[in-house]
Amino acid sequence: MITPLILLHPDDNVLVCRAPIAAGFETVIDGDTVTIPAAIEVGHKVARGDLQAGDKILKYGAPIGSMTADAKRGDHVHLHNMKSDYIPSHTRKAVS
Amino acid sequence: MLNTPAITAYLRPDGRKGIRNVIAVAYLVECAHHVARGIVNRFTDYDQLASATIGITPEVHLIGFPGCYPNAYAFKMMQALTTHPNVGGVLLISLGCESFNREQLKTTIEASGRPVETLVIQNSGGTASTIQKGVDAVKRMQAIAAATPRVDMDISELIIGTICGGSDGTSGITANPAVGRAFDALGAAGAACIFEETGELVGCEKIMADRAVTPELGAALEASVEKAERYYTIMGFGSFAPGNAEGGLTTQEEKSMGAYSKSGSAPICGILKPGDQPPTGGLYLLDVVPDGEPRFGFPNISDNAEIVELIACGAHITLFTTGRGSVVGSAISPVIKICANPETFRKLSEDMDIDAGRIMEGRATLDEVGTEITDLVLKVAAGARTKSEALGHQEFILTYKAFEPIGPACLPLKRA
Repeated sequence: MITPLILLHPDDNVLVCRAPIAAGFETVIDGDTVTIPAAIEVGHKVARGDLQAGDKILKYGAPIGSMTADAKRGDHVHLHNMKSDYIPSHTRKAVS
Repeated sequence: MLNTPAITAYLRPDGRKGIRNVIAVAYLVECAHHVARGIVNRFTDYDQLASATIGITPEVHLIGFPGCYPNAYAFKMMQALTTHPNVGGVLLISLGCESFNREQLKTTIEASGRPVETLVIQNSGGTASTIQKGVDAVKRMQAIAAATPRVDMDISELIIGTICGGSDGTSGITANPAVGRAFDALGAAGAACIFEETGELVGCEKIMADRAVTPELGAALEASVEKAERYYTIMGFGSFAPGNAEGGLTTQEEKSMGAYSKSGSAPICGILKPGDQPPTGGLYLLDVVPDGEPRFGFPNISDNAEIVELIACGAHITLFTTGRGSVVGSAISPVIKICANPETFRKLSEDMDIDAGRIMEGRATLDEVGTEITDLVLKVAAGARTKSEALGHQEFILTYKAFEPIGPACLPLKRA
């Protein structure tokens, strides 16, 4: 079984999911056992440590946006708690 | 050393070399589209397309511009596309009253040494009669194009483009950096490699500028991304589709970091605009965002518009990476699809040329997939069909845009 979460750059504060994770899955992040509370799909991000609103998110060692809400270690990091520092992202609900 | 099969190219009278020998049927306004398609359909043979390699008979592809109003960009694009080295002859289909300058386009194609004929529907008896005349004209051009001299082609004579479509959180980890490795290898062998979509480089402008061969070019690279950010902000949407978010990408700059990795690690030696030819081998950025005040809408309404722009810059082959999954190909130049996401590959394997998702699952390394892409580029250049080619994909889209010519800092390596 491959580790489902990968670190792309040592400076990053998020991990990337490379195999589907079910809610309640136990894994190891930086040596500690962490329970992932919600299901995570391939390609999505998970908090490497506790994050606070306003924190810059680093992936590939580069800033990719900021937190808009707090997240605990192991939480899903996505549109519900993070935003662009450039152009807002949109979903299918943008025009209807 | 690259693992090189012999590339036997089509030598055009203007000295450029093609890897395909296509007859392009071009409608010059939407009103002529049906007639042009009717001509092309008479030559489409899906059994022949499904063969492993291209045949001797020149294939017939449909291209065109739908607008009735004149547009300098569209005219330049049509000139570049109809004289692309993969094109061996052109049939122009005009309704008759549109403003597209069909005489000047015909003159350009004639000057390139290619056979060209024009049919004006209003003077040709209508739909059925024009289709019949068009079929006869294409047969005449196929006979001429089939006699095109064949010559050896070196890797250094290839122009390769790259684009991503349907990106997700795997794209920037697998397929895109693997294309970057292939670009590094092909560029080192002297090929011209073109990456594009400045709207998907928002957030990467500083690190990209550091790779420019001159400081002035670096400043121009940064300015091109600033232009893109401004343009997309006015449009109200970034270059970010709902599927990108469903695939785990949260922000424009996160998508950008992944997209940027397609460029590999070579120095950036110039900026092109649609229809400009790279003057040397090496790595180029294609600036696809229009200049001036936004006038005609989104910079590129879908992926194929960008593929057409890469082809207008001379691309013989386009490397298309996808995470969510795309099935597109293109008229004129073959598209190689590299699938970033292992789950998508399992769902759409019949459309994918390369399974880069193996990297995600630890079944291959970036270097291995990069070498696989480079090898496939050379095989396709030597006549092997890509998946989208064999499935008959020949998408094409060209719409209104406006550009200023590139600035003086954009091509520092161009000989005066």
